[in-house]
Amino acid sequence: MHVPDGFINAPASAATGVVAAAAIAVSLRGARRELDERTAPLAGLVAAFIFAVQMLNFPVAAGTSGHLLGGALAAILVGPFTGVLCVSVVLLMQGILFADGGLTALGVNITDMAIVTTVVAYAVFRGLVMVLPRGRRSVTVASFVAALLSVPAAAVAFTLLYAVGGTADVSLGKVATAMIGVHVLIGIGEAAITALTVGAVIAVRPDLVHGARGLRQRLKLRVNGELVDVPDAEPVPVAARSHRTMWAVGLVTSLVLAGFVSFYASTSPDGLEKVAADHGIDKKTEQHASSGSPLADYGVKDVDDSRLSGGLAGVIGVGVTVVAGSGVFWAVRRRRTSDASPVSTGV
Amino acid sequence: MTPSLEVAGLAFAYPDGHQALFGVDFSIGRGERVALLGPNGAGKTTLVLHLNGILSGGTGTVHVAGLPVGRQHMAEIRRKVGIVFQDPDDQLFMPSVREDVAFGPASAGLKGPELEERVDRALARVGMAEFKDRPPHHLSFGQRRRVAVATVLAMEPEILVLDEPSSNLDPASRRELADILRSLDVTVLMVTHDLPYALELCPRSLILSDGTIAADGKTAELLADDELMRAHRLELPFGFDPRSVPAAGGRP
Amino acid sequence: MGAGHTHRLYRHGHSPVHGLPPHTKLAATFAFVVVVVSTPREAMWAFGLYAVLLGAVAHVARVPAGFLLKRLLIEVPFVAFAVLMPFVAEGERVEVLGMSLSVGGLWGAWNVLAKGTLGVAASVLLAATTELRELLLGLQRLKLPPLLVQIASFMIRYGDVITDEMRRMRIARESRGFEARGVRHWGVLAKSAGALFIRSYERGERVHLAMVSRGYAGSMPVIDEVTASRAQWSYALALPCAALVVCLLGWAL
Repeated sequence: MHVPDGFINAPASAATGVVAAAAIAVSLRGARRELDERTAPLAGLVAAFIFAVQMLNFPVAAGTSGHLLGGALAAILVGPFTGVLCVSVVLLMQGILFADGGLTALGVNITDMAIVTTVVAYAVFRGLVMVLPRGRRSVTVASFVAALLSVPAAAVAFTLLYAVGGTADVSLGKVATAMIGVHVLIGIGEAAITALTVGAVIAVRPDLVHGARGLRQRLKLRVNGELVDVPDAEPVPVAARSHRTMWAVGLVTSLVLAGFVSFYASTSPDGLEKVAADHGIDKKTEQHASSGSPLADYGVKDVDDSRLSGGLAGVIGVGVTVVAGSGVFWAVRRRRTSDASPVSTGV
Repeated sequence: MTPSLEVAGLAFAYPDGHQALFGVDFSIGRGERVALLGPNGAGKTTLVLHLNGILSGGTGTVHVAGLPVGRQHMAEIRRKVGIVFQDPDDQLFMPSVREDVAFGPASAGLKGPELEERVDRALARVGMAEFKDRPPHHLSFGQRRRVAVATVLAMEPEILVLDEPSSNLDPASRRELADILRSLDVTVLMVTHDLPYALELCPRSLILSDGTIAADGKTAELLADDELMRAHRLELPFGFDPRSVPAAGGRP
Repeated sequence: MGAGHTHRLYRHGHSPVHGLPPHTKLAATFAFVVVVVSTPREAMWAFGLYAVLLGAVAHVARVPAGFLLKRLLIEVPFVAFAVLMPFVAEGERVEVLGMSLSVGGLWGAWNVLAKGTLGVAASVLLAATTELRELLLGLQRLKLPPLLVQIASFMIRYGDVITDEMRRMRIARESRGFEARGVRHWGVLAKSAGALFIRSYERGERVHLAMVSRGYAGSMPVIDEVTASRAQWSYALALPCAALVVCLLGWAL
């Protein structure tokens, strides 16, 4: 869903533009670290791949089909920085060449579809890979969950943007319900396809899956006709274990937190509507729900939906927590590794 | 006279432990056209990637026009060794033919009319001058391969290394490319499976097998040696008899 | 998408608009859309004037109306959304043909439709009069980070190659009697996607080798420099300036 011009007001568009620019600047630096001077050709080819794969239709049922958004896939396959860059470039080109998505809405689109999806997906993915037992199956499972959460996360981000700068006064609750409801469905498709694709890549070239670098086979050297293990460069296992415990603790904490959120949401019958009311946007939802409009169904279903959205809020809560946690974590670890090893590019 | 290319004692294993070269020695004089023959997996591509220092780290040395291939002369080496890769789509990465041909010289710091002149000359040498402003992608495969050769010629290399130049070409394009290669006055190392093409173009051949040079001699004589050919999994096309074909001449 | 010289929206021509330097056109289009978006939605006449301005540009660029209108179809999903808006939005309501519609929703729908359509039309005009290669040069000239422009340029160069590979894989699947009909076949399609990724990535590695072999060391050599004269700038910026006047009037009236 590429947002057109005029959908989000000018200040909010400008603000997201700044966010997008900053994120791209960070990603450019990060991508250079992920890929060194191979960045341009590799990221360009991956962008072309994302562009192509968005045209690959996955039939759902008679006549209907969906396609991949690709944010989660890009993050898992090539890493979050390169992923953000690739999806941003795809969006930029779609905006300029195909008029798909407004030019002033580029910031909104990039923030929503390139940044939120990739970052959430990668954070969830890393978190799960750390916690789950090492193995290919875990990577596939983690990809599934990561992609599953990334799409509704983008919907949440969109709803937030809409709350800040939406130009139409549709109630936030309705936007949220519609956006998140639809995107959970899309997320399931995205998740299945992403997991299957990552699985397919990992079966053939596991070294190409950025998110599964820990799973590589030990290298061997042939010394006088005998196979010898390559000596360890650094004592990894100790560090890995402590990381793993921390990840586990973090994930459990966020799950508990999520439980609370869901509980809270489902005890108050209109959880999300209440949030909307607090923002002073929505005051008459209940009233209008029964006002005979063709979409009154929305209102009637509100109670059920809010339970659903309560559960969702929980799931997304996990996502957000993991994002925040892993952000800090990663920053720390990056610093440590970059201190430890001077970069050597081998060409 | 210093040879264009001198390879001595080259051995290399990939980081995954797979050893591809086990001591390669040969030397190519200036202006020679030499074919490097060998079955799949003989280490041909690995050897090629050593010639301009993309792979390194094993033992042995490579000298290009007397200059050792190594970190300190990398820019110079890459200008002197022009590699034409097998898939022209990999080689032609810029949006137009002109920019692609200009990429190498521009990287070396050429600008303005001098750059333009270099591009025109390289394109003229492969007969592609009128396609200058076309995107590479809209050309036929044979045309793309010729432009790929031009991208390398524009750098005015000491030695031209072609990886499987005749693959995927129809007979006419194949002949056109042969004419172009014959008309060039640079040293050529042609890596190929295509034995008739080697015989047609290169007076001398090397056979690379199991990571070493197994034979070095006149192409016609090597191809006529059935036992040698069989030992290194090299097969001539059905009905082709190297003895019945006039061997490639040296420089005109 | 057609890579390199032309793309789907490009219309070859030699009009004054085609001849403008790409970065002036990019800047003008962007400024125009910004002005349109900042116009108050109540000033309906202003949007009419914007449409007239774009029509004038299309006329100068010799882009036929039919071409422009056909390309506007990309907006259809949002038209659907805009149509729903009056039904679901809040606030005061009016009765139209027996349906209760929200006034705010009607305004919202108008707002999205008008601004969205003008935005798409402006982008289509830009794309119709500017070659891909030029667009990239323009972006570079407008100080987009060079690495980003490089990535975009590789994406465009190889977009077709990869799409073509994808098409060949589909043909290969279909010639072996496979036709994706539902969720059951996702596995097969995902395997294709995985294979496509591996091919793309490996091609990226080979392209990198080819670049390094020709002296690439992290930055692209500057081969083409686009420049614009003051006259060209003022010519290009006439559109957003005219729009700005309209916009200010819209706020004032």
